[in-house]
Amino acid sequence: MSSENVRFTDFKSDKQPTWCPGCGDFGTMNGMMKALAQTGNSPDDTFVVAGIGCSGKIGTYMRSYALHGVHGRALPVGTGVKLANPDLEVMVAGGDGDGYSIGAGHFIHAVRRNVDITYVVMDNRIYGLTKGQASPTSRPDFETSTTPEGSKQQPVNPLALSLAAGGSFIAQSFSSDAMRHTEIVQEAIEHDGFSLVNTFSPCVTFNDVDTYDYFRDSLVDLSEDDDYDRHDYDQAKDAILDADKEYMGVLYQNDDSVPYHEAHGVTENMADIPDGAPDGATDLVREFY
Amino acid sequence: MHDDLNWAIGGEAGDGIASTGKIFAQALSRAGRHVFTSKDFASRIRGGYTAYKVRTSVDRVQSVVDRLDILIALTERTVDENLDELHEGSIIIYDGDRTEFSDFEAPENVTALDVPLKSLAEDAGGAIMRNIVALGAVCAVADFPIENLDESLEKRFGGKGESIVNNNKEAARLGEEYVEDEYTDVTQQYELETTDEDYVLLNGDEAIGMGAIAAGCRFYAGYPITPATDVMEYLTGRIEQFGGHVVQAEDELAAINLALGAARAGARAMTATSGPGIDLMSETFGLVATSETPLVVANVMRSGPSTGMPTKQEQGDLNMMLYGGHGEIPRFIVAPTTVAECFHKTVEAFNLAEKYQLPVYLTADLSLAVTEQTYEPGEFDMDEVEVDRGKIVDEGDISAWQNEKDQFKPHAVTADGVSPRALPGTEGGVHMSTGLEHDELGRRTEDTDVRVEQVDKRYQKVDTAEEQEDFDYREFGDPEADNLVISWGSNEGTLVEALDYLEDDGVDVRVLSVPYIFPRPDLSDDVEAADDVLVVEANATGQFADVVEHDVLDRVKRVNKYDGVDFKADELAADIKETLA
Repeated sequence: MSSENVRFTDFKSDKQPTWCPGCGDFGTMNGMMKALAQTGNSPDDTFVVAGIGCSGKIGTYMRSYALHGVHGRALPVGTGVKLANPDLEVMVAGGDGDGYSIGAGHFIHAVRRNVDITYVVMDNRIYGLTKGQASPTSRPDFETSTTPEGSKQQPVNPLALSLAAGGSFIAQSFSSDAMRHTEIVQEAIEHDGFSLVNTFSPCVTFNDVDTYDYFRDSLVDLSEDDDYDRHDYDQAKDAILDADKEYMGVLYQNDDSVPYHEAHGVTENMADIPDGAPDGATDLVREFY
Repeated sequence: MHDDLNWAIGGEAGDGIASTGKIFAQALSRAGRHVFTSKDFASRIRGGYTAYKVRTSVDRVQSVVDRLDILIALTERTVDENLDELHEGSIIIYDGDRTEFSDFEAPENVTALDVPLKSLAEDAGGAIMRNIVALGAVCAVADFPIENLDESLEKRFGGKGESIVNNNKEAARLGEEYVEDEYTDVTQQYELETTDEDYVLLNGDEAIGMGAIAAGCRFYAGYPITPATDVMEYLTGRIEQFGGHVVQAEDELAAINLALGAARAGARAMTATSGPGIDLMSETFGLVATSETPLVVANVMRSGPSTGMPTKQEQGDLNMMLYGGHGEIPRFIVAPTTVAECFHKTVEAFNLAEKYQLPVYLTADLSLAVTEQTYEPGEFDMDEVEVDRGKIVDEGDISAWQNEKDQFKPHAVTADGVSPRALPGTEGGVHMSTGLEHDELGRRTEDTDVRVEQVDKRYQKVDTAEEQEDFDYREFGDPEADNLVISWGSNEGTLVEALDYLEDDGVDVRVLSVPYIFPRPDLSDDVEAADDVLVVEANATGQFADVVEHDVLDRVKRVNKYDGVDFKADELAADIKETLA
């Protein structure tokens, strides 16, 4: 399939999503598919990795090479895919539980490696698939079946984690703002290095606090602020650590970012190997003389 | 005059014991002598007793013995630690100038040579070379041509400049001269013959790393853990020369998932760890098997459970490799028994992984991994390496594996259980894979028939492999003997040498060394035919013995159901009736 003729519907599988009607994940996924098509990718050269949870189902509903892995480990898988074949467009999808709880360690390390993958986190601030428990991004006073008096824990700030780990592209979007979400994911794909897109993707069934209305009313779109310079680290830091406001858009981008595979010369498709030992392998034996 | 010489250097960890031992071992190997090295080390960086032992002979040597002929004792404790192995005629080389040796009395019948290692080293250019002075002293005692040390010193210190190399050569000569001048009577006790043989000297971890590169492995991810780290250290700096890459992962969970990603992208990928790491990898190991991804996972076993004794030998993880993880998944376990086999079985592990699209445990025990042995270089003939990538399909033949909607079937049910494999980037091969039970397309299903079909398909690969592959064993000793000894892992070398002792005692045994745990050769005829059957293994419960015993039993019939639905009374009655018939 030549990439010029690819439409975003080519990235759609014939499987109907089983997400709840009104789920934010529909919009998140549509934006991902549109962004992939608009950046000239085709399903044949795209690899999507997801973990467990509602977000984990995305590989079934999209059409591309994909792996639906175990909980929290999607980023290492995506990293392995990208390094083994840098020609592939690698997108990793996860939820707030998958990415910031069980997979939090991998998140930090994926950021610091700066592997050229786009990480879209469907952040609904709740565990949906297990029917409504607190997530690492839930508010401290949010009452759920496992936290009847609130979680009593500070929520994770994924953007701050990414900044602290040396993130080169840090963005936030909102699934219901289809145009902006698509634009932001598109920029993330085009960025050379690890891109975080934390996407508010409301859970209409279990989260009655972080709703569409809440995000619509509260999110501040940085693209409308002419004074905001995404390349200004200090400005980004202030916005990311701002306790009173939540922002949408690309909060930080480092244009000098060199992706891991280029920095370390890992540019060949590792699938191409000879039928026998590679040339020069005999030298390996000589070393032991 | 002795030729089978046992030499050791011992002191505190951090004293340069291992590098000194290696320099001497390489010098012997280059001089055409066989070498077997072993390490006695504790799980700490500095301090604590540590020793490096070298056994050498012109004949092949495959095990440690409890006899020490020459001991370089950097500390007095070294002598105490090795007291049982010293014998009449043993020679200790020590530095009497060290305060801790001020009250030193040599054990009875042992000759102790007081050599001023430090001050001679200073004469040569620096106290740091005192171990090299000691090596020179050993050359005098063993009548081993000191020129053989020079090459090893060049190899070891070449990167630090010519003057460092020359200083070390000088240090060695000062040690040699001192012994020749001061202890004329001991220099004739040994005469280490040299030969024209060209040997290579390497350990199991290095052989695994070399086998991986030979097999076309390009991607390695791992987390440092004793005693598997040497595999990663070997590959780092070498695999890049062949277009590969090593990632030091943040943990074992990341390591296996990185390798899984690379394998799905089409690379031959590998991770290596030791027992505790296998525990952490178990969940993903199940995903690897269910998604039918070819992956080699090396488990270099150490003593467990929990943190156990990280630097000590054990073969305790066999059950975990066979049965570990939730649910049931086919996995192959290949267990080399010699250092050379670590190379060959690594190549084979990659071929098996790709031919049957499943995870392969490649397991070595600590002793196999860290002991160095000499081999003829021909044992590692790169021209004989064959790479079999299995059923990879390209654009041309992909349509045969698509359904009516042009969707590729990565888990197509086939007679041999192996499906076609489309690497990402292949036009028309787009598919997903998942740890969920899935249909031929890779899509989640709870359909009872499809579930059974996919489980059977995955296990069919085991049957196919048993038909197609040669899962054999090696045999030693008396083929007619009534006593059968079965072994796996590093015990083979010791068993081969033990045969001589048994023969002296009039005990005839037939030895089978088995390098495949699953699938494995059928030993039931051998077991049935023997009078006494012994399984030798470095663990408490006899894990391989259990497996062999299990294979011989044919008493229990099985009624199984695995479609995800409860047994139903009428169905169960019918199954029982059929099984009884």
